[in-house]
Amino acid sequence: MNELINGFPVLTVTGLTQGAIYALIALGYTLVYGVLRLINFAHSDVFMIGTFGAIWTWSAFGLDASSARPSLGEALGLIVLAIVVAALLCGFFAMLVEITAYRPLRARNAPPLAFLITAIGASFVLSEGMGAFTNRRQFGVPAMLPTEPVVTLGGWSLTPLQISTLAVAVIAMVSLDWFVQRTRFGRGIRAVAQDANTAALMGVNKNRVILLVFLIGGLMAGVAAVMSDMKAASTRFNVGFLIGLKAFAAAVLGGIGNLRGAALGGILLGLVENYGSAVFGTNFRDFIGFLVLILLLMFRPTGLLGESLGRARA
Amino acid sequence: MTDLRTRWRDFRHGVSQRWDRMPKASRIGVIVVFVVFLYALPNKGFYEYLGLPLGEYIPLYTTRNDMATVLFQCGYYILLALGLNIVVGYAGLLDLGFFGFFAVGAYTVATLTSPRSKVFTEYNWLESPWPWLVALPLAIALSLLAGVILGFPVLRLRGDYLAIVTLGFAEMIRIVAQQNDWIFNGDRGIPNIGRPPGTNSDGSPIFQFDAKPYYWLILTVIIGMVFLIRNLVRSRVGRAWIAIREDEDAAELMGVPTYKFKIWAFAMGAGIGGFSGALWAGQIGFVNASTFKLEQSILVLAAVLLGGAGNIYGAILGGFLVIYVPEWLRSVGDVFGLPEQVRIAGELYDISATNLRYLFFGIILIVVMIFRPQGLLPNRRRAAELKDREKEAMVGA
Repeated sequence: MNELINGFPVLTVTGLTQGAIYALIALGYTLVYGVLRLINFAHSDVFMIGTFGAIWTWSAFGLDASSARPSLGEALGLIVLAIVVAALLCGFFAMLVEITAYRPLRARNAPPLAFLITAIGASFVLSEGMGAFTNRRQFGVPAMLPTEPVVTLGGWSLTPLQISTLAVAVIAMVSLDWFVQRTRFGRGIRAVAQDANTAALMGVNKNRVILLVFLIGGLMAGVAAVMSDMKAASTRFNVGFLIGLKAFAAAVLGGIGNLRGAALGGILLGLVENYGSAVFGTNFRDFIGFLVLILLLMFRPTGLLGESLGRARA
Repeated sequence: MTDLRTRWRDFRHGVSQRWDRMPKASRIGVIVVFVVFLYALPNKGFYEYLGLPLGEYIPLYTTRNDMATVLFQCGYYILLALGLNIVVGYAGLLDLGFFGFFAVGAYTVATLTSPRSKVFTEYNWLESPWPWLVALPLAIALSLLAGVILGFPVLRLRGDYLAIVTLGFAEMIRIVAQQNDWIFNGDRGIPNIGRPPGTNSDGSPIFQFDAKPYYWLILTVIIGMVFLIRNLVRSRVGRAWIAIREDEDAAELMGVPTYKFKIWAFAMGAGIGGFSGALWAGQIGFVNASTFKLEQSILVLAAVLLGGAGNIYGAILGGFLVIYVPEWLRSVGDVFGLPEQVRIAGELYDISATNLRYLFFGIILIVVMIFRPQGLLPNRRRAAELKDREKEAMVGA
């Protein structure tokens, strides 16, 4: 308990940063769930591919885990570039998963269980394919941003990485919210989420909307992947599993299918995990997340903000 | 292609008709011969007797690992698949953390029978290690109980939530097992687990390092389990499960207490999973936390779906295939000199069937779900359900 009180500022800031990453991934789960009523298990491995995309981008510039830190300007440029590459890569793979694993099943009106199983299959193909491709090695991430805190106020301090993670997450989430609420494409997404068949009758191209949803989810995962890379300092072919599971828990926590719920759930999960690990020990960090999820589902099965993408303020 | 398909269907039809027309005595005879064949499988001499060419390579015999060990591994996977088949195949509940129950069974046996478990060395809860046979019922009971405890809150949830919560449950068990200073001793694990009882005529124990007796034991268990599940499925309980799978609301309206029967299905499946874990712990003699990975749960699920959910024999076939085929491929690779590793750009890549099997299973899962969602040996009624759905064409699909 003492640790929680003494370390409260640090725990809060790291929790927020971690939570922002969860939230970005959770958006992908929640978008797909809102439109298709489907848990896209492969999303965690789409994220994993993004973590490699960032590393490959940096290594194309001759940077590896042991190279010296570039200057701040260079680093910012490289990070933005990595975000673009990782987001595009994730978006591509997310769409690939939809086209190969889900679309054929929709055409056959398969039962929901079948979708879940192809989702698991796709997840295995991605992670094990990457495992074979990278020889199951762990890859270090080159140092990018200085690690000393830049803002200090009382016990509170922020490192450049934390600032940039929070900033990137906020930008991504605000623009996504704008996209879904204000644009024509966003209206299509909301329409399909509300009632797919009626939307199709009104002239919405359902398959294109679904593809778009997967693309957006992938883009968000790519953004999260770069931030997570710099936070974790290494990546591996199976890195997606745990973080994906927690991001899904975050989506459920906030009310799956609800974009703002996913953001809230991610932040909350990040905070709860950090506070919990201070009280019960870091070994139980992962345990606490699941425990919170199960407890919440027992008492509020639709999550904190309720599940609806379509009805989330038209 | 279609011609081949119709001919295959006719052939299958013919076989099943002939089978149905046979007198009962000869049907039993065929089954007995088949069972004897199963018991004889791990003996090398058996293949000589069949007149198979005994050279460098024996067809179907595995060279990389001892055949009996491979068959035993198939056995405990078949048992797991049988248990999961009740949950997924009959009751239609998606359980992604099934290996968690296997872990409960294995750890119960390990902590109670190993003289080096912390129960005896640190906590002194018990005087002396239990025999394996005494720990076995407790292992089954505890995993059954774990099934009930988990099922109690989560079975009210809808399908996809259920999947994620069961997944989380298996992960939680693994995290608890991983704590080094707790009872399960983390990755250092628990060695010297007790073995099943029994001695040969010369006084040496039957269950030692040779895997054959274990295979025979698990084969016997599987045969018993098949009888049990067959009867269970034909009873009121089984009918209730199938009704829940087909339409839960309709079943509830017809007076089936769905919640109760869902917990039953969960508990039965968990008990069988725990049984499998206890048998496995008795053979391997050592458990640690890294044995229980998510991949294992998925592999069991893949086995059930590949074989054909809702059909006992499908589950058996699936459980057998997911272990045996990669192992057999390695043996074939040995004989024909297929490389297990390749060097690309100065780095050694492992391309053995065992290393890549999850990749292939992923592809197989997708392909099977698209083209043969009912599995290899489908349950007739479930296949009809799936066909029915396919007909309901969707708007704008």
